[in-house]
Amino acid sequence: MSLRLRWLLLSTALLATLALGAACGDDNEAKPGALSGKLEIFSWWTTGGEAAGLQKLFDIYGTTCSKDVNVVNSTVAGGGGAAARQVLTTRMLGNDPPGSFQVHMGHELTDTWVTQNYMEPLDTLFKDEGWSSIFPKGVIDIVSYDGKPYSVPVNIHRANVLWYNKAVFTSNNLQPPKTLAEFFTVADALKAKGITPLALGDVEAFASVQLMETTLMGKLGAEGYKGLWTGATDWKSQQVTDALTTYKKMLDYVNSDHSSLTWDQANDLVISGKAAMTIMGDWLEGDMKAKKFTNFGWLPAPGTAGMYDALSDTFGLPKKAPNRDAVMCWLKVVGSKAGQEAFNPLKGSICARTDCDPKLFDEYLQSAMTDWKKDTIVPSLAHGAAAKQGWLTEISDAVTAFVANKDAATLQSRLATSCKTAGVCK
Amino acid sequence: MTIRWTRVAIYGVLSLFALLYLMPIYVLAVTGLKSFQEVRLEQMWDLPSGLRFDSFRDAYRALDTNLMNSFKMVIPATIISCMLGSINGYVLTKWRFRGSNLLFFLLLYGMFIPYQSVLIPLVKTLQQLHVYGSLWGLVVTHVIYGIPITTLIFRNYYTNIPTELVEAAKMDGASIFGIYTRVIFPLSLPGFVVVAIWQFTSIWNDFLFAVTVTSNPGIQPATVALNNMAGSFIVEWNVQMAGALIAALPTLIVYIVLGRFFVRGLMAGALRG
Amino acid sequence: MNINGRRLLNLVTSEQAVAVALIVPSVIAVGVFVYGFIGWSAVVSVSRWDNVRPDYAYVGLDNFRDLFNNFRFQIDIRNTVVFTTFFVAACLGIGFVLAALLDRRVRGEGLFRSIFLLPMAVSFIVTGVVWRWLLAPRAGVNILPEKVGLPAGAYGWYTDPNVLYVHADSRLGDALHTIGLGFLADPNYGIPLAMISVVIAATWQASGFVMVMYLAGLRAIPDELRDAARVDGASEMQILRHVSLPLLRPVTLSAMIILGHQSLKIFDLVMSMSRRGPGFATDVPALFMFETTFQGNHFSHGAAISILMLLAVSLLVIPYLFWSLRREARL
Repeated sequence: MSLRLRWLLLSTALLATLALGAACGDDNEAKPGALSGKLEIFSWWTTGGEAAGLQKLFDIYGTTCSKDVNVVNSTVAGGGGAAARQVLTTRMLGNDPPGSFQVHMGHELTDTWVTQNYMEPLDTLFKDEGWSSIFPKGVIDIVSYDGKPYSVPVNIHRANVLWYNKAVFTSNNLQPPKTLAEFFTVADALKAKGITPLALGDVEAFASVQLMETTLMGKLGAEGYKGLWTGATDWKSQQVTDALTTYKKMLDYVNSDHSSLTWDQANDLVISGKAAMTIMGDWLEGDMKAKKFTNFGWLPAPGTAGMYDALSDTFGLPKKAPNRDAVMCWLKVVGSKAGQEAFNPLKGSICARTDCDPKLFDEYLQSAMTDWKKDTIVPSLAHGAAAKQGWLTEISDAVTAFVANKDAATLQSRLATSCKTAGVCK
Repeated sequence: MTIRWTRVAIYGVLSLFALLYLMPIYVLAVTGLKSFQEVRLEQMWDLPSGLRFDSFRDAYRALDTNLMNSFKMVIPATIISCMLGSINGYVLTKWRFRGSNLLFFLLLYGMFIPYQSVLIPLVKTLQQLHVYGSLWGLVVTHVIYGIPITTLIFRNYYTNIPTELVEAAKMDGASIFGIYTRVIFPLSLPGFVVVAIWQFTSIWNDFLFAVTVTSNPGIQPATVALNNMAGSFIVEWNVQMAGALIAALPTLIVYIVLGRFFVRGLMAGALRG
Repeated sequence: MNINGRRLLNLVTSEQAVAVALIVPSVIAVGVFVYGFIGWSAVVSVSRWDNVRPDYAYVGLDNFRDLFNNFRFQIDIRNTVVFTTFFVAACLGIGFVLAALLDRRVRGEGLFRSIFLLPMAVSFIVTGVVWRWLLAPRAGVNILPEKVGLPAGAYGWYTDPNVLYVHADSRLGDALHTIGLGFLADPNYGIPLAMISVVIAATWQASGFVMVMYLAGLRAIPDELRDAARVDGASEMQILRHVSLPLLRPVTLSAMIILGHQSLKIFDLVMSMSRRGPGFATDVPALFMFETTFQGNHFSHGAAISILMLLAVSLLVIPYLFWSLRREARL
């Protein structure tokens, strides 16, 4: 009996070793010469227009770069990239980088990956493709570090947009507000009628950070706002105090169950007319379309006309990326006119390039493209452009506490401290 | 008459609780049967306008490779977990040596670590073992982190097997393996049931290790695929709920079919403490 | 072969050595994957590692000091205590009541048991999503009364930012102040009401398991003991309280340990249900650790949180293990 058992154990061990051996070996080696092998693209675009747009990019890759490359669509959904970032970080630390990964332009890319020496500079690529005259200078500056660009922006989203239900405004004889003062007048009128003036859904903390961001923009103006992220604007100044007081006042006009709703569930309130407005990035238009609602209008968030609160999804080249040549061709596709014209109408964003054909885009996106050409570009805080990750999380925590206790003084001092901890303020 | 009232009260309370416990399952099922337009928070309780299995079909289509992956991973992991736990429990109860209690304590403590904190060294170690990125990597991970609880359950269970049986077998000349196969193993069924059910459920429902260890979407288990169905921005709730139900079916069936054995196993002392 | 050689040979080939050898693989595996990794966490927790590139420079206990001074972490400690207390109490209470009821030879016991065990089959993530809907103020249980013609509920559930605490200017607050415990009159020592919703969801998930443990325990009580009490004229309630409950103490303790350590680590449920909650009312250390490590890239802080979580679990678990092993040795 025991002999049989011993044999059983031995053979199991043998089988296990064989199985482990079979699990070994990778197929990342690109054959010398033509593009082939595996290309892993890592993103959090898992459904809807995002996934459709990504697929178009893969299709273009297949026709222009190589049919022999196996493009692996590696995605992790969740919270605007939160879960994806965890997986990406773990992999990069484990020396298992994907071919290329989606990352927001600005400090999210620069301070997390570039300064830590994980990315290769793309100045040669930009020169070869002639991109310095096609991407706006503001954008190239944001994706650059030490004078060299490190990623290719595929789109531009705008975070400072006020969306409103047209029927609610017309039936109450109100005009959608352009300034902060108008906003509060309109909000008072709406509140009196029992309509929630501003819908907010901040289960995901970025929504309330974004609302603060647009308020800071509205009160400080483009230069004042930009200065917050370079140390030029004093976080303890009276201007910031005013902005935070305004933010606090705004929160009085928000639905009381905001911490149970996602931003798209907050949009349901606008669609059903229970709320009049919401301030959200322009991916919200995709939500309107998916819910087949057309009677909506848009304006720059109150007080922020002339400012384009920009965020961008970009792709870079990690050092030691497997199948480097295949990745380089991917970057060319991502930055190409064909690629961006195929991706952006589906994604609901505008091209980062300035030469895309407006006729491919819907009404809102065309107006966004017009604004993009003339507005001042400011970096978005909530979406990684303005501040590095470590700083953003501290701001996010301070904002969460503030939304509940409305203590503007503590918020301001915490924001000022976090600027110092981040090494930007003295 | 008094006795009848008590019975009424008992059935009443049980039924009330049963309704409360079924409430979430009702919401899951009903949302899964709706179309995307019908899925609104305020209409949560409303029955769907028609029986539409589209969401289930879409969900299944999206999940089917991943469900297979889950099975491919969970079944070996559960089997190996059971065997390992059984052998460990056997050694720690019937072949005690100096320090075996301390060893058990040290093994058990592993159950209490927060798994988020081990992700980074886990990836590196799995890479050294050449199983990172594959389902075998997940099997290894779950087997190892399952050692504490499976050892605990079997150890508790085997403590109730009288030592006289073991002594008798020893006197008959049986070896350590012989005693296991002749005495312990035949009596282990309830223990195996408890461990198998527990491990099957935990491993099947795990998300954190699944998303960290496997990156190729073709290899990932159902929990990751289900999460990806959510989309990062716009959530198709009907498909997600349908997917959640589908992904929960195997474990649901396990509990419905094997629940009675679970109780019997616990009664036989598997977790009496 | 000399005497010592034979002794050695005996030792090596003896069954006892085989027994040790059988358990060695588990010991090595756990040694690496648990203790090795804890060691790594400990090293990181006293390091300066604050971005994606590892930096193991030693900074002493700075990270721990930063954490204890961090307002979010202070709230997390409070939330963990509140959640653990209510969750364990609710599971034990409901689990016991259901088991006691089912033990009464109920028709359809199998059906009831399956229903109560069903939540265990669902993952914490799905539980979180469903209960987020069920307790959403605008929907869920709040609008159920409308279905039977009653006015809708208006409670905020997990959006309720209120914390129940002793106010410094109340009578209890004054009393605490006089005995030198004035610091307790602070929200950080209160009960965040939003957490109750998370407790409800978690209890729904875990109480079935406790019920089954108690049911098994009750069924294992010899009938003679209970019959004897009945003969003496005790009512069913009295039997439950004075005969059954004391005998179920080991079950209660086991359940407390299993539930307790799960509640200290709770993550999936909170992540998918309420996230941090209004003013961090439902925030938990594991969530903070996740966000600060993988969103904020503050690896050393994240590791420090893990070490503290481990210490908290140890405080709970080590005494229990010692007590349990000593009790066994005595038997």
